[in-house]
Amino acid sequence: MTSHSAAPMLEMIGVEHAYRRTVALRGVSLTVEPGEVVAVTGPSGCGKSTLLHAAAGIVRPQAGAVRLLGHDLTALDEPARTHLRRREVGIVLQFGQLVPDLSVLENVALPLLLDGHERAAAYTAATAWLDRAGFDAEVGTPPAELSGGQAQRVAVARALVAGPAVIFADEPTGSMDTIGGEQLLELLLGAAGERGTAVVLVTHDNVVAAHADREVRLRDGRVEAEAVLR
Amino acid sequence: MATNEVVLALLRNGPAHGYDLKRDHDAWFPDARPLAFGQVYATLGRLERSGHVEVLETRTEGGPERTVYSLTERGEQQLSDWLAEPAGPAASSAEEIVRKTVAALRTGADTSAFLARQRTAHLRRMRELTAQPANGDPAARLARDHLVAHLDADLRWLDLAVERVAAGRSTSDRSPVPEEASR
Repeated sequence: MTSHSAAPMLEMIGVEHAYRRTVALRGVSLTVEPGEVVAVTGPSGCGKSTLLHAAAGIVRPQAGAVRLLGHDLTALDEPARTHLRRREVGIVLQFGQLVPDLSVLENVALPLLLDGHERAAAYTAATAWLDRAGFDAEVGTPPAELSGGQAQRVAVARALVAGPAVIFADEPTGSMDTIGGEQLLELLLGAAGERGTAVVLVTHDNVVAAHADREVRLRDGRVEAEAVLR
Repeated sequence: MATNEVVLALLRNGPAHGYDLKRDHDAWFPDARPLAFGQVYATLGRLERSGHVEVLETRTEGGPERTVYSLTERGEQQLSDWLAEPAGPAASSAEEIVRKTVAALRTGADTSAFLARQRTAHLRRMRELTAQPANGDPAARLARDHLVAHLDADLRWLDLAVERVAAGRSTSDRSPVPEEASR
């Protein structure tokens, strides 16, 4: 955990990326300030998820710059990017994307264990976050036996456990019913707000987008519109 | 809103005077337009004439004179009939956003810019509603959910409108609409 500076949390400048012949991002620029909640919206295939993956350093864009907490992600090698992600970034992907060989508890404790925390303390923190996330099944369960909604609760607990500077979330409540999704989103944004954590939310759900401070709308790989909501 | 029936429902919890009814109404529907005093008294007068409510007593209690109303058997029946019937579907074609969008398209105004501004306005309102604490009151929460659901339906319609306007633009780029057809 680090003290969060007032410099932009994330700066993307002219980011371009394509998968074979499919162009996903065509010169996207985006700045996210510390503590800000930004919703990235737009029709299917507009480049939302690619933008999130590029911002989180999961995808290395083919052109443009991505600076996360002042580090130029495009200039870092994979071990350095992984190190930065592990310490500063929480990621919630669409279907949870948990480590299949680890139990629910181990998955949530993983960011703390990799960061050198004691196992007992990591498990205690993981249990507490699972509880707050409303995970009500056995914590020894392997991810393959979880429902979509349970996996998302685990993914949110894992994203929050180490107190990251920024959380990237791709449809974090997409597999959940309305009330469960609302509670999980309130937990995610409430915990982020308490710690000044920035959140970038990719969503096609207007009610989820309405929780953001700002909406960035993509179309055909470009920023179509930006709107301040607060 | 069916003000008559809402006033009957407010009186279902016990006799009350106009001020109580206005206060309870505004607490039940905190995000709706507040009920005007004039509307409360006009409604009570109408309901008294039709035999749905009756004057129970007139209290002064050191302040202005206040007439306390209670529900009659007929009023109880009317309330129960009203709650047994589903509400009629909204006449959405009369919605202001539809009128404005259609007017923008028909008059050649910048429809995309209008739709983007409208989307922001709707999202801001939705944000205000979702940011307010629910105070653990399921009835208040449900009234708010209804507003949010309507805003969400409007937003989905706005997104569709953006797609249709964009599709119409690219179609007209490829094959311009004959002048007679665009009139």
